[in-house]
Amino acid sequence: MTTAGSARRLRRFEPAALAGVLTHELTLFKRFWPSNTFASVVEPTIYLLAFGFGFGSLVAVVDGYRYIDFVGTGVVATSVLFTSAFTGLFQTFFRRTHQGIYDAVLAAPVDTHELVLGEALWSSLRSGVYGCAPLLVAVAFGLRPGPGVVLVPVIAFVTGLGFALFGIWLSAVIPSIDAVNYIISAVLTPLFLVAGTFFPLDRLPQWAQHLAQVNPLYHCVELVRHAVFGLRPVSDLRHLAALLVFAGVMWTLAVRKMRKRLID
Amino acid sequence: MPTDHAIEIRGVVKHYGAIRAVDGLDLDVPTGTCLGLLGPNGAGKSTTLRLLTAQSIADRGEITVLGHPVPSESKQARAQMGVVPQLDNLNVELTVRQNLSIFTRLYRVPRGERRAAVDRALQQAQLTDRADSKVDKLSGGMRRRLLIARALVHHPRLVLLDEPTVGLDPQVRQELWALIDGLRAQGVTILMSTHYIEEAQRLADDVAVMSHGTLIAHDPPARLLAAHAGRSAAEFYGPPPRLAEIEALAWAAGFTTRRTGPSVSVLRAEDMPDSLADALGDGGLRRAASLEDVFVVLTGAEEA
Repeated sequence: MTTAGSARRLRRFEPAALAGVLTHELTLFKRFWPSNTFASVVEPTIYLLAFGFGFGSLVAVVDGYRYIDFVGTGVVATSVLFTSAFTGLFQTFFRRTHQGIYDAVLAAPVDTHELVLGEALWSSLRSGVYGCAPLLVAVAFGLRPGPGVVLVPVIAFVTGLGFALFGIWLSAVIPSIDAVNYIISAVLTPLFLVAGTFFPLDRLPQWAQHLAQVNPLYHCVELVRHAVFGLRPVSDLRHLAALLVFAGVMWTLAVRKMRKRLID
Repeated sequence: MPTDHAIEIRGVVKHYGAIRAVDGLDLDVPTGTCLGLLGPNGAGKSTTLRLLTAQSIADRGEITVLGHPVPSESKQARAQMGVVPQLDNLNVELTVRQNLSIFTRLYRVPRGERRAAVDRALQQAQLTDRADSKVDKLSGGMRRRLLIARALVHHPRLVLLDEPTVGLDPQVRQELWALIDGLRAQGVTILMSTHYIEEAQRLADDVAVMSHGTLIAHDPPARLLAAHAGRSAAEFYGPPPRLAEIEALAWAAGFTTRRTGPSVSVLRAEDMPDSLADALGDGGLRRAASLEDVFVVLTGAEEA
């Protein structure tokens, strides 16, 4: 009879721990993929169709792009936000406070940082896939993307990683589920409205334009547009760096706060 | 350093704000034994178990689990132990088999052995015929058996059980006792906090009694009985003034008593002199002394 894990010293980051957390997610996903996919794909698509055709009938061209193309590329960021931040916030909160699932996982050889990373990686993988849905709809309505479009899943993944960690961090900050209302209204809604998704930022007041520079979603929108219509290496590296810094900061905050919540 | 103790706790202190949940705890659990951890609510039992998995971090003191210092090497220790929590934290959206399969991954069971590990755990917990049932369709007893099965998928050397049979009917409790007893027979070390004194008496090689975060007794059940309650108790019934009178007479003669609702028990009744028996009246109803008598005498609480 052998005892698992007894033969060797376990490292700080164990691929097996991440694989375990991801297996949990995959098992749940196999059961719930229709509802998960519906929520993550349909909502941004509705935004795309409503804005694309609603405003599109009033405004034909924005920043040199057809409005449907402008929104089609912008809504990728909205899809990423819905898939990652909302999941991180709600799912993490309920698993921690109501289901006790994290207590069970942490009694196994899994540490808090591995749990957080596993959860965030799963959300960002889903973001990478679901983030492409609005683009496919836009293609159906005439969008002709350039070869850089293959980078969109990667951009959605990196953005999703930061926002999943952002959601996990918020789930550990809020005292009760009621506080989610404040977060959605005061944080998440402004984030996706002031990101250049539905209208160009240069129509906003100067202060709002400055504020948008620290909005990670704005950098995601810019990167996606450039990937689809033509990369601009210097500014795109800046946008990518902003997304990576965001993910790094959120990683630190999420792990620290979750550790406080889970380990007493 | 090799040790014959699966668990060593030395001078551990744990505060929650102003509350001192564990207060200078010293406790050893020899390898291959079952230790029953008894104590009233708030005695520090659950905190002690969380300290062993590093889900709670001690303010002071040293903890070694399976030869690994905790929390610095807790991951290594957790890989070799199974934990059955007091509160059900199964994933109710998944099936019994899926719940177990996930934990074979988390516990690093090699790929080729995972299916067999799940089947063995299902068999141990007598859940084979419910393997494909969703957890929310299981009875309370089955869910508790599944929690135990989940803790066993990786052949742990140490199992921590936090109130394993709380809230279950007597028949299910007996089934779980058989399961726990089977583990002990296989040489698995068991640390079990329990609300039920009978449970500790039946399953535990040693019983540790905690009160206010400290250990107030630690011995095999028979030795605890001999030291604190003797072989038999004389139980007297009557109105409160009569019970108070019996208590006063027993105390005056140097005997310990235990009040239980409408009765009072005089412990070590086998040593009771005739003069006291006469003074008390009919000599009372004789019964064997129990671990519950010991528990009440030591903690002053009627419930573990």
